[in-house]
Amino acid sequence: MSATAAAPAIPEPDLAPVDAILAGYPQTETSLVQVLQDVNRTFNYLPCHALEKVAASLGVPLARVFSVATFYKAFSIKPRGKVIIRICTGTACHIRGAPLLVDEFVRHLGIRAGETTPDMGFTLETVNCVGACAMAPVVIAGPRHHGGLSPADVPDVIQGKSDDD
Amino acid sequence: MTTSLPARFGVPQELEARCARLKAEREGKRLTILVCCGTGCLANGSAKVADAFARELHARGIDADVGLAFKRTGCHGFCQRGPLVVMMPDETFYQRVKPKDVPKIVEQTVVGGKVIATLLYKDPNSKQRITRYHEIPFYQKQTRVAMRNIGLVDPRDLRDSLARGAYLAVAKALGAMTPEQVIAEVDQSGLRGRGGAGFSTGRKWRSARAAPGERKFVICNGDEGDPGAFKDRSILEGDPHSVIEGMIIGAYAVGAHEGFVYVREEYPLAVENLGHALCDARAAGLLGRNILGTGFDFDVQISRGGGAFVCGESSALMKSIAGMVGEPRAKYIHATDRGLFDLPSVLNNVESWSDVPVIIEKGAAWFAAMGTAKSKGTKAFSLVGKVKNTGLVETPMGITLRELIFDIGGGILNDRPFKAVQTGGPSGGCVPAHLLDLPIDYEKLTEAGSMMGSGGMIVMDDRTCMVDVARYFTRFLWDESCGKCTPCREGLSQLQIVHDRICRGLGREEDLPLMERLGAVMETAALCALGKSANFPVKSTLQYFRDEYVAHVRDKRCPAGICKDLTIYRIIDEQCNGCGACLRVCPSKAITGKPKQLHALDQGLCISCGACFDVCTPMNAIAFDPRPHAAAVPPAAPGAAPARRNS
Repeated sequence: MSATAAAPAIPEPDLAPVDAILAGYPQTETSLVQVLQDVNRTFNYLPCHALEKVAASLGVPLARVFSVATFYKAFSIKPRGKVIIRICTGTACHIRGAPLLVDEFVRHLGIRAGETTPDMGFTLETVNCVGACAMAPVVIAGPRHHGGLSPADVPDVIQGKSDDD
Repeated sequence: MTTSLPARFGVPQELEARCARLKAEREGKRLTILVCCGTGCLANGSAKVADAFARELHARGIDADVGLAFKRTGCHGFCQRGPLVVMMPDETFYQRVKPKDVPKIVEQTVVGGKVIATLLYKDPNSKQRITRYHEIPFYQKQTRVAMRNIGLVDPRDLRDSLARGAYLAVAKALGAMTPEQVIAEVDQSGLRGRGGAGFSTGRKWRSARAAPGERKFVICNGDEGDPGAFKDRSILEGDPHSVIEGMIIGAYAVGAHEGFVYVREEYPLAVENLGHALCDARAAGLLGRNILGTGFDFDVQISRGGGAFVCGESSALMKSIAGMVGEPRAKYIHATDRGLFDLPSVLNNVESWSDVPVIIEKGAAWFAAMGTAKSKGTKAFSLVGKVKNTGLVETPMGITLRELIFDIGGGILNDRPFKAVQTGGPSGGCVPAHLLDLPIDYEKLTEAGSMMGSGGMIVMDDRTCMVDVARYFTRFLWDESCGKCTPCREGLSQLQIVHDRICRGLGREEDLPLMERLGAVMETAALCALGKSANFPVKSTLQYFRDEYVAHVRDKRCPAGICKDLTIYRIIDEQCNGCGACLRVCPSKAITGKPKQLHALDQGLCISCGACFDVCTPMNAIAFDPRPHAAAVPPAAPGAAPARRNS
């Protein structure tokens, strides 16, 4: 795959939580997606050695683990930033200006969708509908939903401000 | 919130008695305050409103008032006006409530019994302030079946659902009906799959019951990947017990003892509330071994999706539950014979499951009395896009698009002209203005070149470019295609290249028939429903809005002013009053000017986003023209389709 404005190499994290996650599921292939969900949530991405551990524990070939890890959009095999900005590009958001928001985030953060800022501060992602269509266009920055945004609101979202602050 | 669970119900009669008692208890309340805590209202800050209520009621020492109840509920549907607060039994409806309004509400309404006019909903058309929930036009025409409890119950409190009669249908089905009778009732109700395909639920159950094998499954499809649809999310978040109840009845009917709910990863609150509801139901003896002492065993697990649209397709979804990559398979083998783990499985949509208990309780005839000849009952829609009242709506089948968009939806945003409504998700189509009086049911939408899908209704005005919409869906499906079969994988790539070319002003007239030919091949040869219908957005826009395509390819003009490479904006000097509205919304600082003086637009800085045009509604002092020399736009990079995400 193409070399992007890649995140700097960060050391592999401590994998102890992976054992704890694996202990909570039956050790079969059926658990694979659910285990990867938890690993992805714990580390914000899927560390390579964690995938090896999961493969060995569930008795699934590493290639198949990798195939699942790259098939589903929820998973990232690259480390992601502290704040993940997810721009909803569902239909309702699209026609209410989501593409303009994408352009503005790209301009302000200096990264494209799918990339992480060099300081590991932000990861920019687009998602195909978060189901909050009535408040389109929607951006989720970290845990927070922002609705009804216009391009001029983008700097505030990046700085973590919202209406009720 | 503390929840003291009801003790385990040993027999159906215990449940019935408890439901009646809880109902009477709740009806005896002087006042119940409902604060909407659905995803929409939460985003607007309803958690802080709910906290403020809790604090204020506590501070005034009335939180323990026996005549008062305070609840955090699921979505009331009218997300646009959130945060919403409803006071029962008077149905006083407050909208856009801020935490600072709460002391006033407690003082004047809760204690003083007076209505605060400024917090009431003001009908944009009649300019009247409306006090009660059901008098608001958005709610007036609705009939809520699948969404019957949402907004009225606290999804984290089983007792609340029981007071609304939850699980009474389980008591009836398991206690007094044979599985065959349950299937016959569902069959006669005319219920068809609410995920969009519209297959008869009764027939599906009958096949699964007849399929040989001891081990069978019932599955709830909560993958709701259609962009623009969010009814399933609201049901799972706001009333998970209705879904669980439907699944118990379905499992009993087909002879299954294991169930799965597949929920999208993007719906964390749904996963949380459903998980909570499952624990409560288990503790009350409504799930697990020997349900209600009837000897029937059944339990449900949650399976979280990984964010793949194709997993809404039944065979892909079952693979995903099994921990595999969600690739569909050919459908000559039915899931009712060989589904999950190659065993007989019944898969229904969240809304279908939620409809089932009502059908069992009120009877098939009651349900079948609503709707049209072939589409019975009610249907939930998410009404979104360029419409004044966005939100979730449930009406009997057969309501016309006009009633839905203009009566319930209140018309088009900023009173612009209506252009189309997109229904059925990415596999649906765009229905144009001359079909506004179409009654909505499965057949009529299909005849119009669209489909029911999961009930997304995305309203479009004259500022929506139909070529851009078709390009959007093509890109969406290209991104979500699993890539297994060639017609879908390559067909979508090619359709996307052609659309990109047209939107950049490099289209050719022969591109139009080319897209039609490509689409025909995909429709015939693709493996699953995603691929077979992937050309529908292109097909329907070419059918109804061909003139827009022609304007793009022949005149290099985007009639809606959306395609940036074909559009430039300018200020009409005579009409500008220097109000500064455009200047404030311009993200690229291309507009300058002093207050009350003529503003100027710097073409060098302008990014053609059109934000200025959309705010200059009173003066109409911004106009757009075709970009000169549009053909000079450099061609897209080789392999014009953008790179797939590589993480």
